[in-house]
Amino acid sequence: MIDTRGYSCPVPVIMVQKEIKKSSPAELEVLADNRAAVENITRFAANQGYEVSTAADGSDFRLTLSKRQGRK
Amino acid sequence: MENEIKLTKLAKCSGCGAKVGAGVLAQLLEDLPVRRDENLLVGFDRSDDASVYKISSELALVQTVDFFPPVADDPYVYGAIAAANALSDVYAMGGEPKLALNVMAVPEDMPRETVHSILRGGYEKVYEAGAMIIGGHSILDPEPKYGLAVTGFVHPDRVLTNSGARPGDVLLLTKPVGIGVLVSAIKGGLTDDKTRDYACSLMMTLNRAARDCMVKYRVHACTDITGFGVLGHLLEMAQGSNAEIRLSLSGFNFIPQSIEYARMGLLPEGMYRNRDFAESSVELGDVPVEYQDLLFDPQTSGGLCIAVCPEDADALLDELNGNVPAAQRIGVVTAYRGGKRILLGR
Repeated sequence: MIDTRGYSCPVPVIMVQKEIKKSSPAELEVLADNRAAVENITRFAANQGYEVSTAADGSDFRLTLSKRQGRK
Repeated sequence: MENEIKLTKLAKCSGCGAKVGAGVLAQLLEDLPVRRDENLLVGFDRSDDASVYKISSELALVQTVDFFPPVADDPYVYGAIAAANALSDVYAMGGEPKLALNVMAVPEDMPRETVHSILRGGYEKVYEAGAMIIGGHSILDPEPKYGLAVTGFVHPDRVLTNSGARPGDVLLLTKPVGIGVLVSAIKGGLTDDKTRDYACSLMMTLNRAARDCMVKYRVHACTDITGFGVLGHLLEMAQGSNAEIRLSLSGFNFIPQSIEYARMGLLPEGMYRNRDFAESSVELGDVPVEYQDLLFDPQTSGGLCIAVCPEDADALLDELNGNVPAAQRIGVVTAYRGGKRILLGR
């Protein structure tokens, strides 16, 4: 789980980028508190071969990144 | 670097990305009393780059103000960029800047040399423009901000608004696109020095040469591409001119690194505000999302977008080549057929 709440762009997407580079997880949960962070993380993850589902969590957002099958 | 402070770390939004969204701005200005005056040639109800007030049959005043939080860590560079950006609104109206006032907010604990360097960047840029700084105002604020209120002159018959574009006009652009994404990457510490210096040199470049070239030709409309991005500013041009704009992606010069940074999700918040404002009026076709994002990306101190008479387009493009960072033919103006205002094609 990566908690990006309280950080303004581009820090949230860089936090996610570092984690994916480090451990290349099959699944990763991310908390974000603003739309730009959600969208930026979604764009980055999609380009890295992840599928992203986003659910509202109060005023925050919970993103689930899952590695697509058969891709990098 | 003259000191250890990371100026961009003190800013929540960088540069023109800090601008209030166009949609929100319209709401904020709604119902405010607007006074009419026959000499006010361009007022703030027109969503233009600057206001223009006619003094005589020979002379009109151009007035504008612009300021923002740090876009660069080097205070001198930040000051010069903020000044180039503020002066640009006068050039976009076809005018020449003459007088400027500093607008500044500084944290109480900011070292005096840092403040001094920001101001020196502003002063030198204003002098380069052939104008002068004659005063200003500063307040204390934890987030630094700097910019200028600028007064310029233009002949009242040669004012270039963003609402004069005519069907058939060719659209030219004078700086490459992608500066906002690059600023975001700089803020995230992801760029190398060379890329950072290139971005800063683009933002520090005055739109003076672009203005001086275009006033020799039959130009019908002009705007500078700043906080609302290419598509936001061109939507204002299309609406103001009651026209349609067709853009060709292949005509644009994108800063190469900005495409990769867009794919990495390094987009400033302002890009999403610009999308909210303009997307429903733009036919994006099958243009890949990273290029769409770059066309919505807020450009700090971006280039001029010029709607020029088709017979003059080649000559103006030739003259711009070599005088501006990147002379591009990006599209054409057509008659409005109802529906979307901007059509984006490959």
